[in-house]
Amino acid sequence: MYYFDPHIHMVSRVTDDYETLAKMGCVGMSEPAFWAGFDRGSPEGFRDYFRQLTEFEPKRAAWYHLQHFTWICINAKEAENVSLSREVIKLIPEFLDKPGVLGIGEIGLNKNTPNESTIFMEQVELADRLDEQILIHTPHLEDKYMGTRMILDMLDDFADLDHGRVLVDHVEEHTVRHVLERGYWAGMTLYPVSKCTPERAVDMVEHYGPERLLVNSAGDWGPSKPTAVPDFILAMRRRGHSEAEIRRVVYENPLEFFSQSRNFEFRPPEVPAEADK
Amino acid sequence: MPTLATRPELFDREFLALRAKILEIAATLDRLDRSPGSLAGDPRVEQIREAFAVLTSHDSDRAERVQLVFSRPYDPNWKNNLA
Ligand SMILES: [Zn+2]
Repeated sequence: MYYFDPHIHMVSRVTDDYETLAKMGCVGMSEPAFWAGFDRGSPEGFRDYFRQLTEFEPKRAAWYHLQHFTWICINAKEAENVSLSREVIKLIPEFLDKPGVLGIGEIGLNKNTPNESTIFMEQVELADRLDEQILIHTPHLEDKYMGTRMILDMLDDFADLDHGRVLVDHVEEHTVRHVLERGYWAGMTLYPVSKCTPERAVDMVEHYGPERLLVNSAGDWGPSKPTAVPDFILAMRRRGHSEAEIRRVVYENPLEFFSQSRNFEFRPPEVPAEADK
Repeated sequence: MPTLATRPELFDREFLALRAKILEIAATLDRLDRSPGSLAGDPRVEQIREAFAVLTSHDSDRAERVQLVFSRPYDPNWKNNLA
């Protein structure tokens, strides 16, 4: 089955991973800007990172007929440094018109601090003003619940924000309902130990239905599994869900969400009429 | 979207995995008991105890409630209390 990984950090992966993803049915991916595992020392460090996201990764993906899209922002962790963050925010607009850039993300909270909230709000403001889509990172473990609720409270301050163009990522059992009932998209991240398993992701699809739900690997430099979405596909099959239902979550939903970005020029793979039934 | 498998079917499929996970928890608790030192005053011990209570309850939102046991609570006045 063809699928699209809506959240994966390919800069942290080797070229072999692109090849493996292509062999497993992945046809494209979206890569949010995130923390590199260390704090960058200057705005120029971010400019180089944004060039890697917009210039080199699409090229590497194309070697395996994969279509690579990306998001630009200052991430939640480095947002703790407010002055550096504001310098980085000034860089964002020059990248938003580059091919394959889908919007501003992944912004959000990490430890739910006042500085993180300040920089989150400034980036939502920018996205709102420039009519860009937004991809949001929610905190991990004991901070996830409070952080997700804080994020939703802050978004409430933007009265005319189109909720259908905002994706709140890394939802789990205790946060997914709050996100969906406000009309946002919700991303379930399959990640060893700290986030969600394929079986629990299927539980959430059964509980809430497939509408506005996405599933991703968030593969990065940590112990993560770039091929986690195929694990979810298999878990859905073993639970008896139809190919059409699975395809809705792993292929049609991401395309529906990303199609709202002006730079999402996706060329769907050719599917012979009967082959995918 | 409903669960498609029947309860006996699902139970058949999950029984060994459930059994293994419960054994793993039992053995981990034994290992903690055997080891020197004390956990007195560690708030995470109470979280584990609360989570066990959720497991043996009969409502169908156990996963969500276990998540909340391990979460900092939401403060609706966070904007005033944060700084
Ligand atoms: Zn990420």
